[in-house]
This record gives sequence, C-alpha cells and structure tokens, in this order.
Amino acid sequence: MLKISNVETFYGKIQALRGVDLDVNDGEIVSLIGSNGAGKSTLLMTISGVNKAKRGNIVFNGENIENQQPHKIVDMGICQVPEGRRIFSRLTVEENLRLGAHANEKGKYFINDIKEVYDLFPVLSDRKTQRGGTLSGGEQQMLAIGRALMSKPKVLLLDEPSLGIAPKLVNQIFVSIKNINKEKNVTIFLVEQNAKKALELADRAYVLVNGKVTIKGSGQELLKNKDIQAAYLEGGAKN
Amino acid sequence: MEKKDIIQSFKDSLFTGLIALALFGPIVGLRTASKGEGLFITPQWGIVFLLVGLCVLGRFLINLNSARKTEITFFSNFTSKFSAITEDKAKHFAITAILFAVVFPFLPFTDRYFMDVAIMILTYIMLGWGLNIVVGLAGLLDLGYVAFYAVGAYSYALIATTFGWSFWICLPLAGVFAGFFGILLGFPVLRLRGDYLAIVTLGFGEIIRIILINWYEVTNGPDGITGIPRPSFFGLPFKRSPDEGETSFHLFFNLEYSTMHRIIFLYYLILVLALITNYFTLKIRKLPVGRAWEALREDEIACKSLGVNPTNTKLTAFAIGAMFGGFAGSFFATRQAFISPESFTFIESAIIVAIVVLGGMGSQTGVVLASIFLIGITEMFRDLEQYRMIAFGGAMVLIMVFKPKGILANRKPTILMHGDKK
Repeated sequence: MLKISNVETFYGKIQALRGVDLDVNDGEIVSLIGSNGAGKSTLLMTISGVNKAKRGNIVFNGENIENQQPHKIVDMGICQVPEGRRIFSRLTVEENLRLGAHANEKGKYFINDIKEVYDLFPVLSDRKTQRGGTLSGGEQQMLAIGRALMSKPKVLLLDEPSLGIAPKLVNQIFVSIKNINKEKNVTIFLVEQNAKKALELADRAYVLVNGKVTIKGSGQELLKNKDIQAAYLEGGAKN
Repeated sequence: MEKKDIIQSFKDSLFTGLIALALFGPIVGLRTASKGEGLFITPQWGIVFLLVGLCVLGRFLINLNSARKTEITFFSNFTSKFSAITEDKAKHFAITAILFAVVFPFLPFTDRYFMDVAIMILTYIMLGWGLNIVVGLAGLLDLGYVAFYAVGAYSYALIATTFGWSFWICLPLAGVFAGFFGILLGFPVLRLRGDYLAIVTLGFGEIIRIILINWYEVTNGPDGITGIPRPSFFGLPFKRSPDEGETSFHLFFNLEYSTMHRIIFLYYLILVLALITNYFTLKIRKLPVGRAWEALREDEIACKSLGVNPTNTKLTAFAIGAMFGGFAGSFFATRQAFISPESFTFIESAIIVAIVVLGGMGSQTGVVLASIFLIGITEMFRDLEQYRMIAFGGAMVLIMVFKPKGILANRKPTILMHGDKK
C-alpha cells in the first residue's frame, strides 16, 4: 500500500534520512521506534510532503507521491497527526474537527464524520464549544487524532501520540488507535518513543537508527529481541 | 508596606528619572532659535526638570500602588466595562451602533465637521476591517496595507478621469485591481512569516508610493490627480445648477440645494461599504476558506498536514483584504476629488495596523472601538495642532497598558452549539 524505498532527506546540508526502506500493507498497524534524533518525525514529514525527499521513492497505491504537494497527499488518503498535537488553540474543538475535513468538505456528510469522532472520543463531544488550547494534553491528542480522521484517510500517520500525556490516558489512546484500525479499517503507521507500547500494538515494526532502518520484524519478535530490549526497553520505558 | 519596598520603588523611580532626563534633556532642554544670522541654542532646563520630576513622581506613585497589590481602580473599572461588551452583549452593541450610525446625520447636533469626522472614522473602520482579514484572521502582518488603498484610489481616479465611467463601474474595477496587487504581493512573501513578512510588506507599501511619485506620465507624480468626478446619486449629480439635459439631486427630489446632501450621501456610501466588508468577513469566517485562514494563523505545519493548501489560503487572504482596501481607496478618491502620493504614506499603514491590533486581532467590534478611540481622540485635539500626535500616542499607550491583547480580545467561535439532538 505504502512503499518507501531508499529515501534520503536533508535539512540544508544535514542529512536526516540515509536511505530508508520500509513498507506498510493495507490494514496493518506498523510501528517505527527509535531514539531522539533518529529521523522518525522527518520520515513522517517526508511522507506527508511537508519535507521533500532528495532521493528515493515513496509509492502509495501505485502512485509516486514524493514530489506531491502536502494537500494533494492528504487528498489521496494519507493524513498525519503531527508531533506535539498542534491543535489550533484559539479555535473551538468543533472548528478544529471541521478543519480536518478541509480536504473533503464537499457537501454535508462531514456532520456524520464529526459524530463518528465524538462516538470514538466522547469527551470531545462534551467540550465541542471549548477552545482547543483549554483541553488537557490527552484530550488534545484525541482531538488531533479525530481531526485527522475527518479527512477520511486510508493511512493514518501518528507521530508520538504518547508524548507528554498521563500514563492512564496513553492506554486509552492506544486502545482507540487499535479500534480505528480494526473498526474503521484505517491502516496505521505509528512512530513512538514508548517502544514497549508501540511494539505490543504493532503487527510489524521497524527500528530507525541514525536515519536508517536497522531491524525489522513482527511486533512480538522485536519485543523479544535482545538488542532492542537493551536499547529501548530496559533503559527507556521501565513500565 | 515594608521599608524595603519603599526603597526599591524609590530606586526604580530615580532610574526612570535618569531615562527621562536622557530623553527630555536634548529634546526639550536645547531649544534652537534663529536670531539674526544663524541658529542659537537656548537652554530651558527649568521645563526639563519639571518634566523629569513629574516622571519620577508618577513612577513612584505607580510603584507604591502596585506594591500594595491594588489595581488602579479608575482604569480597571473602565476596562472591565469594555470586557463586559464581549460575547452576548456584542450583538446588542452592534445593532445599537448601526442604528446610531444610520440616524447620525439627522441628529440635531450633527454639523459639517461632525460628518467629516464620522466619514473619516468610517473609512478607517472599513480599512481596519479589510486589514483584519489579513492580519486578524490569517495572521499575516501586513505593514504596507496603504498600498492597496492607494491602488484603489489611483485606479478609480485614472479610470474615472480617462474614460468618464460612473462611480459604480469604477468601484468594482478598483477593487479588482487592488485585489490583483494583493496577489502580486502575496506570491513573493508566501514563505515568509512574522518579522520578515512585515519588512517585505512595508517595503511593498513604499514601492507603490514611490512608483506613484515617479511615474509622471500616468500618475502625474507628486502633483496628484485633480478633477476626479464626484459620485452621483444613481445618475443624479449633486450640483447647484446641473448641465443642460441633466437633473440634479435637489431638483429631482424638490429640495433646497445644500452641500450637505453630498456629504450625507458620502456618509451613507462609506457606511454601506464598511458594513458590506463586515458582513462579508463574518460570513466567510464560517466557510472553509475563512476557517483555513484562522488555522493558518494558529499553526502552519498542522494546516499542511491536514490538507489545507497554504498557498491558496494566503493568496486569497491577501487578495480579499486588498480588494476591500481598494474599495476604500476609490471612496477616498471620490470624496476628496484630488489625490496625491502624500495621502498614502507609511503612517497610514501604521494607523490601520494599530487599529486592528489595539482593537484585538480578529475582533470586528474591536476595530470599530479602536477607530473611534484613535481617530476620534486625534480629531478632538485638532485645535492643539502639534499635541495631536501626543494624544494619538497616549491613546495607544493607554490601550497597551490596560488591554495588552486589544480592546476586545475574545475570539467568537464560528460554530455555536448545534446537533445536540442525539
């Protein structure tokens, strides 16, 4: 479905991705773990078209998208929940959601989509006229996910949904991600520092080190992998 | 209060005194006077020490006040009245204000001077509303807005004097031209944000003014354009004795001739134009493009990741904001019947930005209040000539101190509760 081959991305002269190969199949949950500065967010931004790949190909459903404009990519069905949530803080919850439907706000059916988001995250429904900035971190993350779902994506790219969120809410959000995948048939590509959670959830997973994929396998395999345990599980997340 | 606090406030006010001395010393203290041949410096240290003393005393009193943790009650009452106008009361306020604006020309105390000031305030309200689309909604700081005002005024003047077309044909054309210039400015600044954008837009404003001065063949340079046709009341001119074969306004309606007819007509014209701007802005905020403007102001990266096309969004904001500036410009041209580049200097842009920012970015009612406050105060002090600008600066400082986010800082949601029928 989404095939990334040999992608290299630069910030000026600094190379952030050094030839990433990775693929995501229809209906899967794929996780990408790695430490700070490994290039995880850069990869998502490159898929979204916000950063441009200098070399390599990104193919989505048979079409090359590496040179597409970001809004075209969203139109095609890839939507990103950016790192740090990036809620429109002065706009209300409902306005935030409608902005998510920007790519396909043609007609009235987005009212239904909004309802689906409220069913998924009932707390948002209680706060629909509240300003986005007044929500708690976890609620903002739900809003960010809901907002991305409004564009009816086929693939949802999630950048560190657990960042700065209370552990209890993290569990809830991961359950929601699983539901979105199973019930709404949305393929998930998840980037996480919380390696344990991300690997438990994933069908398959990749490890990114210094802009390169070093290990890949099923989520369970990677959980048992000695190197990963040493690097990302024992030291990092102790839970 | 503790002794330590008093000493601290005293030190602080002495420091203020030093700054005041550094400023007032050369500005006020050294007065140049021409006596016979050449200039002589006459020192006036008395006034300087008076001013510095006032600053020290004022600062000391403010310090004492804040040390006691009490607000300056007069101003906090005053400002809390303003915040009370927000949200639910805003609608009543708007309706009252519009009704007042409609009957204003026929109130007993309204004379020619009041009408002129009112027309000026309305022009600034319209410009403020137009710029509010760019600065308040889309968050693009435009310091060269006067350029579009100028483009509108000159397009109107040139089209009307060259082809002799009526105001109602020239007005939309002037708007279209200004909108086109908005896109012209928009393209090179697509990637810029914040300070850099402000500098380029400022430059753009100056470029337009300098072109107007130097392109003598077309714009008549610094001499400006004279004899711009006055607007007619749907074909009926406001003239004492109409040309042959024409009927003028007062003859048609069987009124005694008065120059006030034209003034009142101009007043209603700018009122309607301004209200159209406001109506348009309020409506477009609820449409996807308007919401995208506000989203762009909040977070550009989030916008991109959600499929908002930032290029189109920015260009529409620039174009539509510029278009309303152009409308206001053609109104200005037809009112003055004479325009020159001098009317379109940077200070105009600065005043319009000040109105938008001090009104509370994005607040339509705030723009009205700020226009009345800033332009009104400046006009009230017109008799005091050079002290006018001090009043203007003082008004700005007052708003900044007591309402740092603008007079009306609350943003009104575009969607109210709906679909609670689950």
